[in-house]
Amino acid sequence: MKDLIKKLTETISPSGYESVIREIITEEIKDFADEIHVDALGNLIARKGSGGKKIMLAAHMDEIGLIVNHVDENGFARFSPLGTFLPHTLVGARVRFLNGTYGVVGAEYLKPATQTKLAPLNKMFIDTGASSPKDSPVKIGDVAALERPFHDLGKRLIAKSMDNRISVVILIETMRKLKKTEHEVYFVFTTQEEVQVRGALTSAFGIAPEIGIAIDICPVGDTPDSAKKEVSLGKGVSIKIKDPLMIADPRIVNWMIKGAEKAKIPYQREVSSLGSTDARAIQVAGAGAMVGGISIPCRYVHSPSEMVDYDDVKNTVKLLIALLEKKIKL
Amino acid sequence: MLKIRNPQIKLLEKLTNAIAVSGDEGAIRKIVRAEIEDIADEIKTDAMGNLLVTKRGKGKKRLKVMLAAHMDEIGFMLVNKESDGLFEFAPLGGIDPRQLAGKPIWVGREKVPGVIGAAPIHLVSAGQYNSTIPIGSLRIDVGLGKPNVKVGDRATFATTFLRMGDSIRAKALDDRLGVAILIELLKNAPANIDLLAAFTVQEELGLRGAKVAAHALNPDLALAIDSTPAMDFPMHDGSENIRYNTKLGAGPAIYTVDGRTLSDPRIIRWLSETGDAKKIPYQYRQPGGGGTDAGSIHISRAGIPTGSVSVPGRYAHTAMGLCRIKDWENTLNLLHAALSDLSPKLLEKAR
Repeated sequence: MKDLIKKLTETISPSGYESVIREIITEEIKDFADEIHVDALGNLIARKGSGGKKIMLAAHMDEIGLIVNHVDENGFARFSPLGTFLPHTLVGARVRFLNGTYGVVGAEYLKPATQTKLAPLNKMFIDTGASSPKDSPVKIGDVAALERPFHDLGKRLIAKSMDNRISVVILIETMRKLKKTEHEVYFVFTTQEEVQVRGALTSAFGIAPEIGIAIDICPVGDTPDSAKKEVSLGKGVSIKIKDPLMIADPRIVNWMIKGAEKAKIPYQREVSSLGSTDARAIQVAGAGAMVGGISIPCRYVHSPSEMVDYDDVKNTVKLLIALLEKKIKL
Repeated sequence: MLKIRNPQIKLLEKLTNAIAVSGDEGAIRKIVRAEIEDIADEIKTDAMGNLLVTKRGKGKKRLKVMLAAHMDEIGFMLVNKESDGLFEFAPLGGIDPRQLAGKPIWVGREKVPGVIGAAPIHLVSAGQYNSTIPIGSLRIDVGLGKPNVKVGDRATFATTFLRMGDSIRAKALDDRLGVAILIELLKNAPANIDLLAAFTVQEELGLRGAKVAAHALNPDLALAIDSTPAMDFPMHDGSENIRYNTKLGAGPAIYTVDGRTLSDPRIIRWLSETGDAKKIPYQYRQPGGGGTDAGSIHISRAGIPTGSVSVPGRYAHTAMGLCRIKDWENTLNLLHAALSDLSPKLLEKAR
């Protein structure tokens, strides 16, 4: 599974430009699905099984990215974000464009009075080595994402775009290991989650599931002087109860917790004050669905180096299989 | 190539002089209907007031293409009568409060003249020059004895259309330019597609009309036709202007990314390649914020491949905008050429 994590996290494929990652995922899952299709927004939808409940599992395959909005007279590429960046994690970061160009993010010099502040994104630029618009290998509208290698620290793993390639790997692994299910399960690799959760909205409308589950990472509260949060790395699968834009259906929360306890899988109860997931769109798409979320605890979210715990990853696969194998009574 | 000549300019004059502040678009709907009544296969006004016009093509395998241009414009609503002739008001749509004091306006469907009053310099201290007057402190003054002016009435800037050589100065170029282009496309509809024209409402309040229009029309592909700011001025300190959004005279602005939509890359490529092949100048709008009807359309139902094209215009959302006739014509031609070439092949490969 680690090889796949490396492969997927080292792929550049930001929001709106998911065809690169989609092709890789399609190769991985094509032998395990009963039916595969891609919808108008680029969501990859794979069905497995029939009968029982109609369940949509969503893991977004996009990542945060940068899009060039101007190449200035000295060749520096100004950019707008695709998704949310924390400015202090960006200066000095390397990026790779879809056309193969590499660059480094720099920032304008801040006048002494403001030097202790952070440069905002509109005072930053990507240096591609060009010295004029003419010799610039990128132009307005070209798209990049962060460039970082995957590192295996044993129990802990570091990579860019663990958000949300780690969940993509979990869904792929679940598809492979799920030998039989009594349900009609849709494994959906969604697009444009990082820009207001758009792909999940349209794919959920198309599928019209009874139950929707978003698999995504969640920030943790276990680093020095971090924001307060109950969830920690390595302490188990995080079962979402609420985030700022979604309240999980209590019946779904119950089903997940009982499933985890029965299968003796460690879990944590998650109440998030930050961020949201595909579940919020699935809940309100079409005539609505019962939704919940399963999160993989993650440190340094939306930075070039996001960290997860490998046991949490394996336990998430176990929980999903335990939930999907059996009859569901809600 | 299609031309912008006197009849088209006369029509834009009529469209920009009419008042259709968000939520009360009847005046524009009436003008549009009269223009296209004889050529349309189907005309319908939906529950929100969108005017939906179908013009069918011929032959097999026609794509259903939705083109959206919003009829509404930014403006004001009178919210409280303070004394005879004086009204508190609220903005409808995005308006910079610094644009308001001292502007002449029209109130209601009958265009009752009024003014957004401001204190004269005699009574203003030097310290106040640099501060913005909040909208809550401004009033619309229509004079005494105007029984037809009531709370709930809409108002907008009293700007009359003016042609200035190669340019046009008018209010509501956002998005009467789009409306004018969409009328022209209906009149010259390519036969290879079914053209579903949506003259939408309440775009300026959050792309509301387009949402239900897209749901009803359920097209294979959609484009929003709008007008977007051009701030292509030299910087006051001589530095390079890196935030111009678009440039006047550089042709239609194709959208890659705005605050509401990541345009379908297939559509960006199709429009760009059309411009290259037909030698129609075009530019990419700087990726950034803002939004067009595409924002509602592309997430409608199970998703709709969508893009946006705008005519660049200076001073959007103020009392008067300014655009170049050539940009208008090039936008019309880019759209017409692209649609005439459109085949279902464009959508065969996933985005």
